[in-house]
Amino acid sequence: MSLKDVLTPFTAWKRIAKEPVTVIDPFNDRPGADRYRGFHQNDVEKCIGCGTCEAICENEAIDMVPFKDPISGDSGLRPSLDYGRCCWCALCVDVCTTNSLKLSNEYTWITTDPEDFRFTPGVDKKSWDENDKGWVKPEPNYEFYNTQRVEMEHLHPEERVDSFIEMVKGYSHEQALAEADRCVECGICIATCPAHMGIPEYIKAIRNEDLEEGLRILYETNPLPEICGRICTHKCETVCSIGYKGDPLSIRWLKRYIADQVPSERYQSILNTNDINNNGKRIAIIGSGPAGLSAAHYLALMGYQCTIFEQYEKAGGMMRYGIPEYRLPYDQIDKDIDYILSLGVEIKYNTRVGRDITLDQLSQDFDAVFSGTGLHLGRSTGIEGSDNEHVYYSTDLLRQITEGKDIEVAEHIVVIGGGNVAMDITRSLARMQKVKYGKVNIIATSLEKEENMPADREEVVESREEGAVLMPGWAPQRIEIQHGRPTGLHVVKCNSLFDDTGRFNPQCDMEVKNFFEGSMIVQSIGQGMDLSYVDEKWMEGLSFGPRGRVKTNEYFQTDLEWFFMGGDIIEGPDVIHGIANGHKAAIGIDRYLQNLKD
Amino acid sequence: MFTINNDRSKFPELDDAGNALIDLTSHKYLKLWQGPQHPGVTGNMSLELTVTGDEIVESKTHVGYLHRGFEKLMERRTFIQCFPTCIRLCVAEPDPNEYLLSSCVEELAGIEVPETAQWLRMLALEMARLQVLLRQVPGQAGTFALGLGYQWGNYIRDLILDRFEELTGGRVYHMYILPGGVRGLLPNGFKNRLEENLKLVDEFLPNVWDLIYTNSVFKKRAKGLAVIPKEWIDQYGIYGPAARAAGIMRDVRKTHPYLFYSEIDFEPFTTDESDVFARSLVRWHDLKMTVDIIRQILAKMPEKGDIKAPTPNVMHWKIPKGETYVKCESSRGEYGMYLVTDGSDKPRRVNLKGPSYTHATSVLEKLLVNANIADTAAIMVSLATCPPEIER
Repeated sequence: MSLKDVLTPFTAWKRIAKEPVTVIDPFNDRPGADRYRGFHQNDVEKCIGCGTCEAICENEAIDMVPFKDPISGDSGLRPSLDYGRCCWCALCVDVCTTNSLKLSNEYTWITTDPEDFRFTPGVDKKSWDENDKGWVKPEPNYEFYNTQRVEMEHLHPEERVDSFIEMVKGYSHEQALAEADRCVECGICIATCPAHMGIPEYIKAIRNEDLEEGLRILYETNPLPEICGRICTHKCETVCSIGYKGDPLSIRWLKRYIADQVPSERYQSILNTNDINNNGKRIAIIGSGPAGLSAAHYLALMGYQCTIFEQYEKAGGMMRYGIPEYRLPYDQIDKDIDYILSLGVEIKYNTRVGRDITLDQLSQDFDAVFSGTGLHLGRSTGIEGSDNEHVYYSTDLLRQITEGKDIEVAEHIVVIGGGNVAMDITRSLARMQKVKYGKVNIIATSLEKEENMPADREEVVESREEGAVLMPGWAPQRIEIQHGRPTGLHVVKCNSLFDDTGRFNPQCDMEVKNFFEGSMIVQSIGQGMDLSYVDEKWMEGLSFGPRGRVKTNEYFQTDLEWFFMGGDIIEGPDVIHGIANGHKAAIGIDRYLQNLKD
Repeated sequence: MFTINNDRSKFPELDDAGNALIDLTSHKYLKLWQGPQHPGVTGNMSLELTVTGDEIVESKTHVGYLHRGFEKLMERRTFIQCFPTCIRLCVAEPDPNEYLLSSCVEELAGIEVPETAQWLRMLALEMARLQVLLRQVPGQAGTFALGLGYQWGNYIRDLILDRFEELTGGRVYHMYILPGGVRGLLPNGFKNRLEENLKLVDEFLPNVWDLIYTNSVFKKRAKGLAVIPKEWIDQYGIYGPAARAAGIMRDVRKTHPYLFYSEIDFEPFTTDESDVFARSLVRWHDLKMTVDIIRQILAKMPEKGDIKAPTPNVMHWKIPKGETYVKCESSRGEYGMYLVTDGSDKPRRVNLKGPSYTHATSVLEKLLVNANIADTAAIMVSLATCPPEIER
């Protein structure tokens, strides 16, 4: 021990003149860092209430609480925080699907009431609501799930325009697993799907590689998975929460994956439908489209003996006679329908109600009747020349293509219409032109501008890829007829479709004219229903709502209590609404026959 | 197993099993409980001391005051949810916990972490070490009632926490290193501000040297206190500064380099005295070395780049069946995590191996015998006891 050891510590005195470093007022003088994880902010307008924040929170500090009435794509719930549990890890911010949630850099909050520390950011106004600093999801390349979807492989346009071979190849095992992995299981899609399918559950089944469980979940709400897995309008994908940061999940293709992978021979054992008790009651179903098949399926499971009356040679309705084979191969339709027939459902083919048997007869022979007759009548533009024999309706042509009839295919064709059916006939005829003439020469024109065309975007893109020329924004005026044959379509520029009150009232500029050359014209501007099979005495018992649709209750029961109606004639038009209607009507019929009341 | 070569004439007799037979009615002995709240450790832990006069004749360590069980909790959380949980395994230095969990998950899931993220991880780990040592080095003198250096160190530590706040969004629980990468690049001007803080540490080092290590009182009390025999290092599993103070080079960064430590030039300090003074001295050198390592990291790390590797969806991330042990060097020594996965989205078993477990139970119990009551805190601090790490 030296003298130095005694004296050196006193060098600390040299700091006596230094400024003190203590902050006198820590509450007001020091804002948090720019990235500080302070109190929560939520943009409640941007938030869709998906609840992913609630799911990831390890402390269960987040509860989803009602904020407004739920709408499609928005659960109506918003995250509520309990600051007695929160640890400010900000995983909720990082995982937020809409980037609506963030943390401000505010960190002091003094209140006398502990209950205050439970609050709903964005709803309960706080002093830090406008604070623009704090933790936001790091950028770039920082995601908790893959925002890019696994691209579906298609046949090359040049390859597919030669034939009606199915153009979508379907996911492989690895692709399906990768795509299913992207789901955050928020369930926003369930409410939007008309059939309220258990989408997150069947996607989970794919992840768990348990396709049998997946199939069981599909059949709980949808007895046509092969069909829906190909041509569903996938409203679910338009609201998918992970679509806000990237691509929505390919829900439709994943559904198809499950149905494709399970062989039809195993359906009955997987779905446990080998042994159904017949309750002795009989139901007549008019039309074997999605609504009729769906109703028959669920009624058969409940023990009812169902008989479907189908006017054509084969079952499927518009799914078979309206949708081209390259989108929905016939063997896939058969797979779904054969399973429904295996439940004991009977189909009387080539039997048109109203022609071969009357509705009155059905009302006497059966305990209840369900009608899902769909929209089969083509609508005419009514313009000059539209009554020519070379002017067709798309519905007729599509049906005849399915039936294998030899239809006229001209070298130059004009299709009027911008919906999915118009695209279907355009692309079908393009294929036939390619086979017959070696080249495609077809124009599809619509009133709507391209951005407003009712057809799915992919249909528009794929039509172009296959060689069709799309001319949106033109209003048909007159079909030029020479020597008893059309030579083309006169059109004028269409500027707007709806007036200020939202009524359909096209405004055209008559000075801007155009002429689309074509010796065959196809009208595809919508379809109408045909209720001619309803006898006059029963017609009087029905009441009608807007657009001539029959009024039904929530179970699709008409004013005639034994008569139920669903599908495109009531809601839609699309397959998934038909399936949902059929399911609900089946429950309604069961309630009616068992005399159940709410 | 080990015999203490002390004169036991004034100590209680031992039974055949080696337990002390303490007859309190003899009025020769007094039971004195130190803790569970007391200076010297971060967290709660209690020492049951049997004293005669002011001399400790027996010591027993009691844990169980924290009521946590994080390892068990993690078995019920998804891997991403484990990430905010695991940091609490050691409150004073949370970053190694984050690193170990992430590293285990990445190893079992086969994920390659981007280079920039690895450098950022190193930076966070070294900054964490820096802030711990800034308290621990002068804190050793604090246990002998010399609190001045502790105040100096704590001020600089607060500035380092400011840097953490900028980089990670949090001061104490940084939650920065997560499976796949890290949660942010360096903010603008960060390097300069950190360098300013490092300059303060440069000033602090000689000041604290003059204050403590050339202080006759500190020397008198710390030298020769609680000497750990060299052979104990392996027998008890003693790591880090405590091992290096006994002349055994134990530093995972050097012996089993991880991240980019192999690209950093550093040489851990060792000495042979193995007493409280030596352990404190090793930490002073560690602090100096940490500053140097941080400067090297700042100079070598890339400015930009990916901070996170793509991972499967964290909401239901299933890790293939397997097990792994990953270790790193914390300020207290080798710190490891053993993770077992069963192919589900949650860990099957998490086991943390920190030096405090042996340091604060077996070793401390032995070292306290024959020590004065007043030296208890000093001995605990010299072993860098962290009760949350024992009671995990």
